[in-house]
Order: sequence, then C-alpha cells, then structure tokens
Amino acid sequence: MPPATSAPDAPVAEGDAEAPPVPTYRSLAAPVSNPVDKFALLPAFLKVRGLVKEHIDSFNYFITKGIKNIVRANNRIEARSDPGIYLEYKNIYIGEPSVQVDFRVETITPHFCRLTDRTYSAPVIVDVEYTVGKTHTQHRKPSFTIGYMPIMLRSYACVLNGKDEAELARYGECPLDPGGYFIVKGAEKVILIQEQLSKNRIIIDTDNKGRVIASVTSSTHEVKSKTVICMEKEKIYLQLNQFTKAIPIIVVMKAMGIETDQEVVQMVGRDPRYADLLYLSIQECATERIYTQQQALQYMDDKVTYAGAGNIKDGRSKLILRDVFIAHVPVNNGNFQPKCIYTAVMLRRMLDAILNSDTFDDKDYVGNKRLELSGQLVSLLFEDLFKTMNTYAVDRMNKNSDMARSSPLDFSQLIMQQDVITSGLERAISTGNWDIKRFKMHRKGVSQVLSRLSYMASLGYMTRITPQFEKTRKTSGPRALQPSQWGMLCPCDTPEGEACGLTKNLALMTHVTTDQEEGPLRNLCFSLGVEDLSLLSGEEIHAPGSFLVMFNGLILGKHRQPQKFANNMRTFRRSGKIGEFVSVFVNEKQHCIHIASDGGRVCRPLIIADKGRARVKEHHMKELRDGIRSFDDFLRDGLIEYLDVNEENNALIALYEHVDQDGVQRSSITHIEIEPMTLLGVVAGLIPYPHHNQSPRNTYQCAMGKQAMGNIAYNQLFRADSLLYLLVYAQRPLLTTKTIELVGYDKLGAGQNATVAVMSYSGYDIEDAIVMNKSSLDRGFGRCIAMKKYTVTSEKYGDGISDRIAKPQRNKDGVLIKQNMRV
Amino acid sequence: MENPGGSSLPAFLELQRTRVLCKADAPTHTEGFQYSGAFAAMGVDTSVSVEKFCSNFKIEINRLTEEDMEFDMIGVDASIANAFRRILISEVPTMAIEKVFMVDNTSVIADEVLSHRLGLIPLDADPRLFEYISDDVPNERNTIVYKLHVSCEKGSQRLTVKSGQLEWLPEGSQLTMASPAQSGDNQRTYTSFGQSQQNTSERPLGVKYKDITIARLGPGQAIELEAHAVKGVGKVHAKWSPVATAWYRMLPEVVLLKEIKDGDAEELVKKCPVNVFDIEDLGNGKKRAVVAKPRACTLCRECVRPTDDQVELRRVRDHFIFTIESTGALPPEVLFTEAVKILEEKCERVISELS
Repeated sequence: MPPATSAPDAPVAEGDAEAPPVPTYRSLAAPVSNPVDKFALLPAFLKVRGLVKEHIDSFNYFITKGIKNIVRANNRIEARSDPGIYLEYKNIYIGEPSVQVDFRVETITPHFCRLTDRTYSAPVIVDVEYTVGKTHTQHRKPSFTIGYMPIMLRSYACVLNGKDEAELARYGECPLDPGGYFIVKGAEKVILIQEQLSKNRIIIDTDNKGRVIASVTSSTHEVKSKTVICMEKEKIYLQLNQFTKAIPIIVVMKAMGIETDQEVVQMVGRDPRYADLLYLSIQECATERIYTQQQALQYMDDKVTYAGAGNIKDGRSKLILRDVFIAHVPVNNGNFQPKCIYTAVMLRRMLDAILNSDTFDDKDYVGNKRLELSGQLVSLLFEDLFKTMNTYAVDRMNKNSDMARSSPLDFSQLIMQQDVITSGLERAISTGNWDIKRFKMHRKGVSQVLSRLSYMASLGYMTRITPQFEKTRKTSGPRALQPSQWGMLCPCDTPEGEACGLTKNLALMTHVTTDQEEGPLRNLCFSLGVEDLSLLSGEEIHAPGSFLVMFNGLILGKHRQPQKFANNMRTFRRSGKIGEFVSVFVNEKQHCIHIASDGGRVCRPLIIADKGRARVKEHHMKELRDGIRSFDDFLRDGLIEYLDVNEENNALIALYEHVDQDGVQRSSITHIEIEPMTLLGVVAGLIPYPHHNQSPRNTYQCAMGKQAMGNIAYNQLFRADSLLYLLVYAQRPLLTTKTIELVGYDKLGAGQNATVAVMSYSGYDIEDAIVMNKSSLDRGFGRCIAMKKYTVTSEKYGDGISDRIAKPQRNKDGVLIKQNMRV
Repeated sequence: MENPGGSSLPAFLELQRTRVLCKADAPTHTEGFQYSGAFAAMGVDTSVSVEKFCSNFKIEINRLTEEDMEFDMIGVDASIANAFRRILISEVPTMAIEKVFMVDNTSVIADEVLSHRLGLIPLDADPRLFEYISDDVPNERNTIVYKLHVSCEKGSQRLTVKSGQLEWLPEGSQLTMASPAQSGDNQRTYTSFGQSQQNTSERPLGVKYKDITIARLGPGQAIELEAHAVKGVGKVHAKWSPVATAWYRMLPEVVLLKEIKDGDAEELVKKCPVNVFDIEDLGNGKKRAVVAKPRACTLCRECVRPTDDQVELRRVRDHFIFTIESTGALPPEVLFTEAVKILEEKCERVISELS
C-alpha cells in the first residue's frame, strides 16, 4: 500500500523535518527545490582524513595513547635482591625524528632518509625516577632516550604533519603522497592491514566434523586464549588446550561454583527445549558422580595437560579456569559468577543454533571481523621489546648485586646500554617478520616494500587488506562477495588467482576505528538503566522482554527497554558526548544490545535522515562551500554519523533522498548515503562508467590500473628508486571520474589518450593487440624513460686521501664554466 | 570518346564500373573491374593505355596556400593515388636535426627527450640543395648546424625555450673535438666545412616556426647544445616527413532517385549534418529538394537511413580529392612534383631492371 503510507508525508514535503511549518498557499505554490547535492561532503571528508587516514590514525593513537598505556602497565622495575632499588617510568613520549651522528642529534626529513638509506625514526623518550647506589638516593631524570622508533610519514610525530604544499616541497616531499608508511634503511615499508576474526566475541559455527561449536578467542593485555564449547553425541563439552580431554560443560559449571543443575538450567534459560538439550550433559555429570565444586575440580585436575613445577596437578584447573578459560571475562576476588553467566550465554546461543539454524554466525560477515593496522602491530612489538628491555635490565641488576657490588646500582645505566627497542623495531619492519613469543605471534610478510610502479600502485597498496589465514584453501565462502562489504570494502578491487576474494581493498570512505576508553562508556550504560549483572539471578537474566547488554564482548547486564536504551546511546553519540565511532547495535534475534568501542571495526559516515528526510540541507552545504563549515562540524551537529557493519543492520540506508524506493516506506529510511560511488575503492574509482561493464572487467582493470606507466610523484626525479619507469608525455584521461579528481590522478596521470580505429576485417583480426602507427611512435606516443640506480662507494685511500663528490663549476646563472674541463 | 571499341556498356554496368555505391547497410561494388577484358564479350575494351590516360587524366587545384593544398586528381586508379600519398609521407626527403651534441643540460627534460623534441622541429631548408650524408663526414653540402645556448638566471621567472632561439651556424660546428693537444694545429671541430653555407640559399637556414616550445627552464638551469641537421626520408623517422599528413578521398556523388517535395524535402535537408541538400522554390508554395554541395558529403549515410530509395550515395572511382599539408620545408605543390619525380624514378628503375 505505498500510496496510503506516503500520504501523511505529503503536506510536509517542503518543510523541515524537525519542525514542519504550517503549509501556506505560498509555500505550496513554491517550486519543488532540487535535492541537495551532497557531493561536496566527499572532498571535505578526504581533506580532513586523507586517503590513508586509517593507517595514520592508528599510528597516531599508538604514539599518543597506546604507548603510554603500555608503559603505565609496566612502569616499575625492581632488583630481586632489594626491592628498594628500582626504576619507575613516569612518562613516555616520542621526540622529533632525528639521528645521532657522533653524539650530536640532527633532525632528519623523510626524503633525506630515502636518499641516504637511513631509518626515519624518532627517539622514544621517558621521564624516569630511580635510585642510585647503596643509599638508594632518589634521582629523577627527564628526557631519557631508551631507543629509536621508526615513524610513520604524516603522523603526529612526523615533520610533515600539518604542512602545506610549499613546505612539503621544501622538504623534498610530494604533496600528493599520502604517507602512512615507514622508511626503514632507505626502503619505504607499508605495514599491510591485517584481517582477522573479532576477539572476545562468541561465534557459533560448525566445525569440520559438522559439530556445533561456540568459540571465543579471548584477548586481553595479559593473555590470549581460545575457548571452544562443542556438542558431541548430544552432550556438551569444553575444549581447551590446557586439558587433555574435553570436559563436560556441567562439570565446568560445577567447578566454577554452580553446583545445582537447576541453577545451570535457569542461567541458560527456562525454555523446556533448552533443558531437553542439556539433559544428557547433566546426566553424564551425574554418572561421573560429580556433585560438588571440589569433585569437579578434582576431575578436571586429572585432565590437565602438563602439571606445573613439581608435577603437582592439584589446584591447577582452578587457575586455568581463572586465567585461561574465556580469559577476557574478569574474575575479581575469586568471583566466578560473570564467567558462569558468560558460559551460560554461550550455551544458550549454541542451543538456539541447534533449535533454529539461522542463528548461526557467519565467519565471513564483515561485522565479525577486525582489521589490525600498523599502530596495533607496532604497539604489540613495542610492548614485547619494552618488556624484554626491562627484564634484561633486571637480570643484569641482579647479576651486579650478586657480585661484589663494584658497579653503581643504577637502573638508568642499564636500560640505556641496550638498543633492544631500536634494533627490534627496525628489524621487524624491514623484514616483515613479526615474531613475538610473548604473545604467541609468528607472522611473516606483515610489512612490504611500497610499490612505486605508479602513483596508483602506491595508493592501492595502502588500502590493501591481507587475510590472516586459510590462503591455500579452495573454499569459496570467504572468497565470495559479502553483502555486508557494501560501502566498506571495494567490490571490484581484488587480485585474480590464488588470493582472489581473500585480499581485499578498503572503499573510499571507510574508516577503521581505534580503541576507545571503556570506563566512561560503561558508566554511561549503567546510568542509562542497565541493570548490573552481579545483581541479577540466573532466572532474571533471560527474563522475556529484557535484552542483555554486551559491551565489547563482555556482558554488562540487562535492560528492560532495549530500543529506548539504544536510542539514548545514539543521541549521546550524535551530540558528541561519547566517541563518534561507538556502535550501538540491537540484535533482535539474540535479544542482545551490542555496544562496541574496540579498535579495528570498519565503519563509514552516513547522513542521518528523519523519516526519510536528510538532515543535511542546502544551507548546510552552502556553509560548507563557503568554508564556514567543515566535515567535523557535520558530525558534531548530528547531521552525519559513523555506522559500523553491525549497526548498519539497524539502519535502512537509501542511496538518494529524492528517488522513489520501490516497496520501501520513505518514513522508515534512517540514513542516506553521502555519495553512492564511495562504495568503490581508490583504484576502482578510476574506471569510467563501471556499471556498464561486465563485472570481472572492472576487477581486471583494478589490477592493471596499478601497472600503468606515468608519473610517480612530484619529486620523482629526486628519488633514488632502484628502477623507475616514467612516461615522457603522460596525459590526463579525457574522461574524468569524480574519484580521479579526489585522489589526484589528474595531477599525476599515467598513460596516454589514444585514438583507436576498430574495423572488422580479415587479416588484422587479432585479439588483445593493436597495430600501431609508426609515425605516432616517432613523434613521441608512448615514449618512456627508464631510470636505474647505480651505487658507487666513495673510498678512502689513507694518508687523508679520499674520493670527493663535486659538481661541475657554474656561474651565478647556472651556466657551465668550461675551463679546466675536458670531455 | 569513352569507348573506342564502339558499343558502350549498359547503364547499370557502367555504374558498377565507375562508381562505388554506398548503401545504408554497407558499400557495394567496391572491388571494381581490374581485368582489361572483363567486358570483351560485349565489345567493350577497358584496358589501360597511355592514350586513354592522357585524354582522361586531369588535375584541378581547389585551394593552394603556403602550407597546404587541395586538388582533384581525376582519371587515375586508387593504387596510383595511394602511391603518391605514401611517397609524400615517407619518401620525399627533408632536412631534420639528427645529431645533438649536448654540452650542458640541467633542465628537467632528459637529454634524450630534448633531442627528440629538437628532431621534430621543421627546418626552413630546401632539401634539394643538400646531399645525403655518407661515411659520416659532415660537410657544408650535407649538414646544417644549429646552436642553442640558454640559461635562466637565478631568482628570475621560469623561462620557456622556443624554437626561434636555435641559432644557425653557417660556418659549421663550434665545438672542438678532444684531441691530443697539438698546440700548433687548428682545433678540429665536429664538422669539416669547406666553405660557409651563407650563400646556399637566399633565406637563412633557420627554423620554419619560431614559437615551438622546446623546454622550460627553472631558475639556475641551463641548456647548451649543438644540433646537426641532415637529409633523410620519412620512412626512417617521421621527423623527415615533409608533410604533416597527405590524404585523399573519392569524390562523393549524391543522386536524388526521385523528386522529393515539400515536407519530405525539408526533412531531408534537416537530416544532413553538413548541408548537402538545399531547397529549390518552385513557386506557388511548392518546394523541391536539390543536391547543392555534394562535395561536402561525409558519407554519414544519415540521408539513406532508414530507407535508401530516395537518395543514392556514390563515390566516383577514379576521382580523388587530394590534400597535402606541408610542414614547411617545401611548398605543397613542389612536394607533389617531387613525389611525381620519385615515382618516375622508381618506374625507370623497374624498367631498367626488366630490360
């Protein structure tokens, strides 16, 4: 009944959605205004964020917040023999990019590093407080360099940050270069975006034997673990690496203190169908004659894989339950209740999936994925190296104090003596091998040399997402185009062959979130009426009508008015009271509200619409064109908001405001796309009229667009790439797309416009080739320059004789002075 | 005197023999009748003879300027017209810069690219006054020497180097070869001119156009070089081609198959994008379409679409509208006579080979 439903909207068609004015004769007779052209928002967005904003944002987060958190968590080291001897880190920050030459510190620029095969790095500076000597006199030392860290170009720590075109030119840098990469030993290295399954989220799936499993990969600063609950022969077990055998889940519950079966069933849910499914598991527990927590722990102790020191298994299983089993759920003061409820929720989700197969989770769903960016990867590496450095210092301090105490007991000397951080970071980024034993991380090819075949190649490299695993498998599932990729990942840009569909590229407006502080958000949730979990009995948790509130994978509590709660949260976000990247997702199927503020989620900006009417009006756009309003103002005023993949499920997004959407009530539209072309990535955006092509053609072009020869950067003649191919007479395409203008392809073009005659006739009917006109080639069509780097070492011969590099003499106008010169 | 044999061909065969028909879907009768005895059975002789050629061949010049000309070449086969076109493009010689001695180049343009650009500059030198260079010995009869020495002062604006800044050196190269310094000897240069070229032609041997951009110099950049031009032909490199291009097309013939009146006539006139048709006023409000400018027809075939029973488009098989665009070394009419001479030479070579 579309006519009937659209009728109430008609009188307010001209008015503002918030305050519909009373229609007058005049307002009704006025011509229908044209739909607002929102394209100008796109350049405004890119101006604020740049083309590789996700890389730079994540690194900025690390050097401003992440690094401080790491140091704060490990801020004190003490000697084993005497805890009075200590060193405490008071503050940490990154200095200006510089290099130490003969005990002098010289500031460096990225281009200088490229040319001299140096690492573009900045000192990591700490303020420390420590004791010296036997008397333990307290010293404070500000600005103490503990190592050098490679710096991402255009990040806060980079000299290029916030510089305009003229200043960049003075630094020898191309203004169109997006930054976001590192320079290590003269080579430009990109840390590719890594795609992985979300951490700390319950995933219901089937394993290769067809069993239903619920798995959680827990990850906190301290531990990483994987917990799997699976159903085998209609009985439910817990699988954990620390146990030799699968443990019946009821035993686990008993071991955590839920001794009565009734309570277990209550926690899972009162629906008799759950009880039916749990029946066999409960029975198995009873046949094993396990009734108390003590018996359950005993039973589990026997199954521990390897015992601790002295082969004592007693009490091990309780520690495992506390520290390894769903490790991200905290156990405070031995209170296992949150873990019990979490396990019960896992069970409930699993049983739901058995009863109703559409509640299975999809591993390929983008909302279940997280993207790991350079900031996070460098952060892991730094944490490991920082801890290693501290343990070395402690070891040596212990050795020193065991000996005759000849050397002064000064920690600051010890941490300074090593270059663990400098060499560790440099080695990892230059080889791409992320071997971090502390976090059980062994990855190869994390960083790669930035391809400088063409400007597009380097841009394309920065948006590439590499999969974490299953590269060789023939499965089609992860390779297929996911509907949830819409607007987040480019549907065209993927390689052919082996990595087809696994390696992806970001779309033009995608943003990848960084971590956000959890405390205030958690408090806000409680203030908005979330009932604390610890105050609820098992029965109450799943009371009908109330929704569980999950915050970053943890169960916070429940709420009786989920929709109201979600709306309140969103209002707070739109008014800027909480971070713009916090996502609020009401999952009707799971009776859950998911609040997420964790890093690595993909999201994108959308225009908020009230009953199908965009909040962005013509006067806003005029202010934007006049330069009064910036993209951030749109966010702050609640006209635009970021939605992540999960929250998109609660939204109805229209492509255009004015177009009739058949079968959709206009009043139910909640958001409007800023510009539909942004669903494509940077490289696919170069294709004119892509919607007129057969789809694989666009994919082929995405691979080839990066190979086109042309200009690489404004500073291309000052670069020292080992091989450089340049086109002499590169041209701008005759047909320009909006993306071309946005990414600067019209300024650093690749290729030439050619006139091609197509004729069907015998003789030259060849495929994939053209016959070229020799005269065109003679006149410069397709002419190119190949530049190669040759290195010569300047030698020293002794006796103070050495090679010297000198330029030919010139007068003040640059004219060659030919005296003393011979050909 | 069309058919010395006596009887003539029936009209439809004559049409097929002398015209290409352009139908709405495709051209027909494109092949023509090459065989001299094709119509012998009908008593018609279509063989080629000098007498026939002399009586039929005609050239009418439509336009002639310093740079280009258009003329009608009537009474030849397409192969002959094409031979002239090809000779014009690739076998009539001109002078062009072939060697560049780079003394200094600090501009952003690479030496190779700069040399290439220099090579493409048309020179105002009559190639008939020069010989092809042989044995790589440059002398005043086979080489023209130019010098380019520009620099952009520091602190000044960016500078554009134009072709007019190439300076002709009639006395030959000024660059000395690096030779074992025998102080008494004259330093050897890269050319061995016996005499000055000052009097080889009434005009100085400069460049044809003085406003061609060669390079741009930033402050503190300089170019110093010497360029040697030699004689060559376009098939070696397009820079020696004396024409920007030379082309021909067959004369279009537009025939109204029946009288087209009033509304239809106006429709027809409107259809044609190049206004081939016009309307003739027949008085008392009657109108009739006429073919006003058949030469303007581009064969877009708009007028024969969707039906081709009103108008017929044809091309005259032995009538070519020939255009020559000269690059400037020689005027276009001279280029054509040069081309004729070259074809003549080739024919003589064939004859002498055969005899």
